[in-house]
Amino acid sequence: MTPRRRRMLWVGLVLAGVSLAAFLALTAFQKNLLYFYTPSQVAAGEAPRGYPFRVGGLVVQGSVQRQSDSLTVRFTVTDGAASVPVVYTGLLPDLFREGQGIISIGQIDGGGIFEATEVLAKHDENYMPPEVADALKKSGQTLPTNYGDYRK
Amino acid sequence: MNLAEFFHMGGYAFYVWTAYALAVIVLALNIVVPLRRKSALLERLARSVKQSNKRP
Amino acid sequence: MWLFFHKLASPKHFYRIAGKLIPWLGGLTLILFLAGLYLGLIVAPPDYQQGESYRIMFVHVPSAWMSLFIYVFMAALSAIGLIWNIKLADVMASSSAALGAWFTFLALATGSLWGKPMWGAWWVWDARLTSELILLFLYLGYIALVSAIEDKRTAARAGGVLILVGVVNIPIIHYSVEWWNTLHQGPTVTRLDKPSIHLSMLLPLLIMALAFQLYYFTVVLMRARVEVLERERRSGWVQELFPDGSLERADVMHQQHSSPVDLP
Repeated sequence: MTPRRRRMLWVGLVLAGVSLAAFLALTAFQKNLLYFYTPSQVAAGEAPRGYPFRVGGLVVQGSVQRQSDSLTVRFTVTDGAASVPVVYTGLLPDLFREGQGIISIGQIDGGGIFEATEVLAKHDENYMPPEVADALKKSGQTLPTNYGDYRK
Repeated sequence: MNLAEFFHMGGYAFYVWTAYALAVIVLALNIVVPLRRKSALLERLARSVKQSNKRP
Repeated sequence: MWLFFHKLASPKHFYRIAGKLIPWLGGLTLILFLAGLYLGLIVAPPDYQQGESYRIMFVHVPSAWMSLFIYVFMAALSAIGLIWNIKLADVMASSSAALGAWFTFLALATGSLWGKPMWGAWWVWDARLTSELILLFLYLGYIALVSAIEDKRTAARAGGVLILVGVVNIPIIHYSVEWWNTLHQGPTVTRLDKPSIHLSMLLPLLIMALAFQLYYFTVVLMRARVEVLERERRSGWVQELFPDGSLERADVMHQQHSSPVDLP
């Protein structure tokens, strides 16, 4: 192989790599530029019907109901303005709890219930020791649960 | 904090220690590579200088 | 001042000054790493939500910051190289690329190891993760392009153009978590109001970030020195480093471990 040929091959590889990256990016961004829909968007009918999408929000306090004989769990997610009831069967991430931000993938059934096939936890940008969090709670201050993440 | 607890990382040992091990390997590798390149280059240069000095 | 920079930009002086700087930078880096690891792994308390797993942050966040910093730094060097034709800028830019790629890889890999236990997924195609992956492709594209072109000037020019075009990706990465709905959380430290992280966790994070920064400068100078020596191998000052074809004097100037000497 002559050096010139080799250079051409390299440049070809670079071009192929860049086009692959651009293609991946475009397909990924086209579908997922909005990684998830908020409950308000779902309520307004902006979310797609008939095929799967993601919904993100905070798990409403007191809404989690687990079935004793299976891994099925029911809960409601909210962005403070609207809420969506979710049913999911399977293992939940460690961070899943009431008040936690989550994103679930699935679709809305006829009764307006979101049937999730996957649940991901979305943690917030706050980091503090447990004692500080407890002290915040005791002093009556609510933990910084911002709906901001779910109201873009 | 005792040693066992420290290595256990509250049940996240695999994730935490893999992440740190990866970082150590990558950072060490990036120090070794230029050092080796340099010693190889120095040797090559010394040899070529020696050869050109032989020719009067 | 201007004279100093002019002098620094000459390969001979760069080689000498960098050789003196490297041990100091390296030593400081090591101290900062030890302090950061001690504070981050032993002193810092667990997080109220994520328990011990959040400690991945102390390698993940500095890696991610470095992946961005090195790119911007390379873009600035490329611009200097393109405009003023300064060879040293080309050398520094091309010596940075591999490090940038490695830091991007580290950010992605450690992020994945953090995402699995916390989010419940190794990887998601959200805007933050996708744009960081594109950054890795940009670094790899640059490395392939520069190594494919034999003429160093042409290589530096082509690579510089690629890097400058790719700069659009940098603000996209940074603001992705604010512009779009993402699984990745919003910024913690660079918030305008106040960092939403407890001081006992912020301190090791900042120390580790500084350690990564100094590590980069140490290693990039090491790489750039080798590159300068290689490029200047035919010039007088390099030949003078080897008076009798022996490595000894060259090594004094290097202040590094001695290379295997198989010469009389």
